[in-house]
Amino acid sequence: MQLRVRALETILTEKGYVDPKALDYIIDTYETKIGPHIGARIIARAWADPAFKRRLIADAATAVGELRLPARATHLIAVENTPQLHNMVVCTLCSCYPWDVLGLPPVWYKSAPYRSRAVMDPRGVLADFGVNLPADTEIRVWDSTAETRYLVVPMRPAGADDWSEERLASLVTRDSMIGTGLALTPGAAP
Amino acid sequence: MNGVHDMGGMHGFGKVEPEPDEAVFHAPWEGRVLAMNRAVGYLGLWSIDTGRFSREMLPPHVYLGSSYYKKWTLGLENLCLQYGLVGDDELAAGRALYPAKPVKRTLTAADVPKNLSRGSFDRPPPAPARFRPGDRVRTRNINPPGHTRLPRYARGHCGVVEFVRGCHVFPDAVANGKGEDPQWLYTVAFDGRELWGDAADPTVKVSIEAWEPYLEAA
Repeated sequence: MQLRVRALETILTEKGYVDPKALDYIIDTYETKIGPHIGARIIARAWADPAFKRRLIADAATAVGELRLPARATHLIAVENTPQLHNMVVCTLCSCYPWDVLGLPPVWYKSAPYRSRAVMDPRGVLADFGVNLPADTEIRVWDSTAETRYLVVPMRPAGADDWSEERLASLVTRDSMIGTGLALTPGAAP
Repeated sequence: MNGVHDMGGMHGFGKVEPEPDEAVFHAPWEGRVLAMNRAVGYLGLWSIDTGRFSREMLPPHVYLGSSYYKKWTLGLENLCLQYGLVGDDELAAGRALYPAKPVKRTLTAADVPKNLSRGSFDRPPPAPARFRPGDRVRTRNINPPGHTRLPRYARGHCGVVEFVRGCHVFPDAVANGKGEDPQWLYTVAFDGRELWGDAADPTVKVSIEAWEPYLEAA
């Protein structure tokens, strides 16, 4: 694939359709600047500031604008986990994912096992991630079939009541914002 | 199209296997092809749904047998061929053999920061929304050969409109060369048992984002 992709890039560059420096810039952006640390900042702010959480749930695209992110989170929607309700996000048709706040999706998110099973057997998928929810917790799966993008607000773990926003962000994993994981508990944080 | 990309509810693909500490790209070419898709997309010749449709039209065994970024590579090559940006002989030679076609704009490194954000897909509505939150709807049983975003598992089922998400570009039109044709977009939630039968987990609900032409009153 390396040679095949290089051939395409060479042709497109020689014809002036793409600028290799622009490609370098895009790659560097997704390797170093845009990733799940952005989503973790959003969730930590939501845990620390109930008014921000209300704005986030009401209109996430506008609320996260307050955080001056590298990319505007167009059509972002935040959905909140509670003791009664667990949210999980999938794109059964392709790989739609909130790039602006989580970066590029992991391979498993784009894989056939996840895309096929998340909508029919979400508890089985959660078990693959080692997550076992109470039998009576409602599970809501959001299939991202349009340009709307979903971000899960995981439940704030106990034992971090006096933590700063920055420390709280260290408890927020990428998977907890997709809904295939839970936030870390304070003892488990890195 | 009823392709293998439409995976919701299929059996046999096995367990989900998360990779610990996964790298953003697993090989340098993956990053190049991701970035090329952005840069070529910026030329403005086709829409994001055209790009999706190009991957859906890969032969089923190719789609299922290719990594994610290999699918992106094959889809991008096909679109570049289809729109006359490159020729088969150029791909074989690995270099340009003909002059470029004129394009409206190209993406430079200086343009990248202000173009990282996706544009809005919201458009002025041609008519008032037909449905409101709380309305019961049934998804239509459609099987178009072209691009659609109504998954097979959610066709012909009753659900409830939860949210009106605005009036968005309609993929079924734009990817099939019929313009943006904006349509109202709704979040429609279904009980798991409505989709998967009485034996399904009663605690599960699944929602899709459905454009108005996918829905009828129930």
